[in-house]
Amino acid sequence: MTGVSIVGAGLSAFGRQPGVSGREMAVQAIRSALVDAGLEWSDVQIAFGGSDGSGLADTLVAELGLTGIPFTNVKNGCATGGSALVSAVNAIRSGSAEIALAVGFDKHGRGAFAPLPEEWGLPVGYGEAGLMVTTQFFGIKIARYMREHGITAPTLAKVAEKAYANGTLNPNAWRRTPMSADEIASADMVNDPLTRFMFCSPGEGGAAIIVASEAVATRLGGRPVSLLSAVTRTRGFGTFEVFAPAIQGAGAPTSVSTVAAAAAFDAAGVRPDEIDVLQLQDTESGAEIMHMAECGFCEHGEQEQLLEKGATLIDGSMPVNTDGGCIANGEPIGASGLRQVHEIVTQLRGEAGDRQVPGTPRLGFTHVYGAPGISACTVLAV
Amino acid sequence: MSTTEPAPRLHGSRCDSCGNVAFPVADGCQRCGQQVMQPIELSEHGTVWGFTVQRFAPKSPPYVPPADGFAPFAVGYVELAEGVKVEAVLDCADFAELEGQAPVRLTAAAPVPRFEVVA
Repeated sequence: MTGVSIVGAGLSAFGRQPGVSGREMAVQAIRSALVDAGLEWSDVQIAFGGSDGSGLADTLVAELGLTGIPFTNVKNGCATGGSALVSAVNAIRSGSAEIALAVGFDKHGRGAFAPLPEEWGLPVGYGEAGLMVTTQFFGIKIARYMREHGITAPTLAKVAEKAYANGTLNPNAWRRTPMSADEIASADMVNDPLTRFMFCSPGEGGAAIIVASEAVATRLGGRPVSLLSAVTRTRGFGTFEVFAPAIQGAGAPTSVSTVAAAAAFDAAGVRPDEIDVLQLQDTESGAEIMHMAECGFCEHGEQEQLLEKGATLIDGSMPVNTDGGCIANGEPIGASGLRQVHEIVTQLRGEAGDRQVPGTPRLGFTHVYGAPGISACTVLAV
Repeated sequence: MSTTEPAPRLHGSRCDSCGNVAFPVADGCQRCGQQVMQPIELSEHGTVWGFTVQRFAPKSPPYVPPADGFAPFAVGYVELAEGVKVEAVLDCADFAELEGQAPVRLTAAAPVPRFEVVA
């Protein structure tokens, strides 16, 4: 238990926004979160945030107002939003602030990311030979996983079909056109067994979360959501990651997601089977399937039957990525982790409209995974 | 190309303290953090641990396609007797040959490790 509440959550639009900078999306997200919380920018006492390639978060004060607060830049790949949120939570817990902001944003160009081998500590030969392609990692990992655990290709297509279907119910999603599993499965193969419609695309967007002490949350009224835990981890020995020239250690690779999720559940005092609505990193279809088991929501291999039963649909027993996830919203690296938290906050408040999970969801979970082996998880409650 | 070139070998490191094997050559151990590593030559034979097929031409630069143009190629990890799994380009006549922990043999160490299926 952190004793910290989320009092405001905001997003910019996601998807292509010609003429709008990543910084402008961040400002939109922050202003939206402030309105949601019933606060002014001058009420925020400390801030943390960042983007992967769209500018420094602390420069946003030029637009927001020069209130003089401490504003720390975060650059942690896909965990940028998660790391910013953990820092904001710790600022509240330490007593150094009562109201804190976490923000993440990015605006990526079209096409795959184009990483340089030297920035990853690899010889230039890896680029010349055609191995600096992020999608290869996902293909290799899920292809082996399918062989080991009996997951079939139609199940991969089902994950993407759900993402596009949920996107049609989310007015803020980038991809809002449904796509059939057949169309997804028969599209061009990118890296076997993954087709082009199974991958998320680098995208655009901003997301902001405002946290406060419980005393302030009570004083504000509103619709606070308790942040039971927020955890980030870097990889331990023996994991399998993007751009790894080798996997060290004998036996099966370990997973940083497993470690981060277990720590988040432990800190929250909650079990995975108690979670009513969840967000799992869906860089591609296979990632969502593997993360279901890595984060403790099922056994390895059980996903095949769970998806057959529709368990991860909005009205299923464990709704996953109700807003369409990265596949329907795109992947602005800095923003995605906080976009996930925004969606769970929206679901727990019962404000998700056409994509609202039925009943009265009480507990939610978010998980991001990214290079070079990082994970950030949260457990939320109302 | 001379036919007398020595056979390619992959060079790695073994930790003096915990015995963990690293590739490429490392000056610190990822498992135990100790900094005394001995240079070793890695096995020339292994088995395919996992793979995918690169179906589209990677962005150039940095990718340098072969003289006769891009053709889909397999990339994956080869498990060696030392326990370490090494990323490599995998040569075969048919991608299906790589299924089922196929035995492979090292054919080049640079610019990246390259293995071929053992008939």
